[in-house]
Amino acid sequence: MDIYSILFWFLSAMAVGCALGVILSRNPVNSVMFLILTFFAISGHYILMNAQFLAVVNIIVYAGAIMVLFLFVIMLMNLNADVEPQKGMMIQLAGVISGGTLFLVVLMGLTTAKSELIDPRSSDIGLISNLGKVLFTRYVLPFEISSVLFLSAMIGAVVIGKKENIPASDKTEIV
Amino acid sequence: MPVSSTHYLFLSLLLFSIGIMGTLMRRNAIIIFMCIELMLNAVNLLLVAFSKIYSDADAQLFVFFIMVVAAAEVAVGLAVIVMMYRKVHSVDINILNRLKH
Repeated sequence: MDIYSILFWFLSAMAVGCALGVILSRNPVNSVMFLILTFFAISGHYILMNAQFLAVVNIIVYAGAIMVLFLFVIMLMNLNADVEPQKGMMIQLAGVISGGTLFLVVLMGLTTAKSELIDPRSSDIGLISNLGKVLFTRYVLPFEISSVLFLSAMIGAVVIGKKENIPASDKTEIV
Repeated sequence: MPVSSTHYLFLSLLLFSIGIMGTLMRRNAIIIFMCIELMLNAVNLLLVAFSKIYSDADAQLFVFFIMVVAAAEVAVGLAVIVMMYRKVHSVDINILNRLKH
């Protein structure tokens, strides 16, 4: 068993265990922490597969920015374990059965898939110089369009999150 | 046993299924949103694995664009959740069943 396999199994166990922690923990703050650990495990997989740029972006954007935003909203709403209502046992069981059925169906569909070995030697595909060349030649139009998407998302978030105009007499109770 | 594409297929399938289970099981809108992020990351992992197998940089750029879309989605989605919390003082999705009646 070489080092690649050992790291693969370790990171896979960490990713799956922490993903289970996300959906099973009662406290939303714990869920966020488990999701951050899952993202770190997935970043470890990226480094293992020589996608260093994506690993760094994954940590900065997902674990850094997006999860902090989640944590911020959760703490803003002051959610904790005893506030959150639970679905009934039957509904939870139905959810697990549905997800498990999807897993089994796709698993059976993939058993005949051709298995390609992963070359553990390093390559320079995932380095930023190579990715930047491809991004700014072949994918320059999607790159520009994504900036427009970001702008519209920013404006949309501001418009949705804006407080509505309320009469001056009601203002004290909304806060 | 050397690591092959099948291992990565099963790993991302497992993560995706866990995301689906979480989406169906929980009632907290924020947790459901986090499970959707988990599913996006399962797909990203598989794309990177195939990029490694076929030595192709395009798949990694697709992952990059998925991250871009996810960041925009989170910004708008959390704004919607905060707005909903302001209206009904809860993030429980079972309250929002007016279309059912």
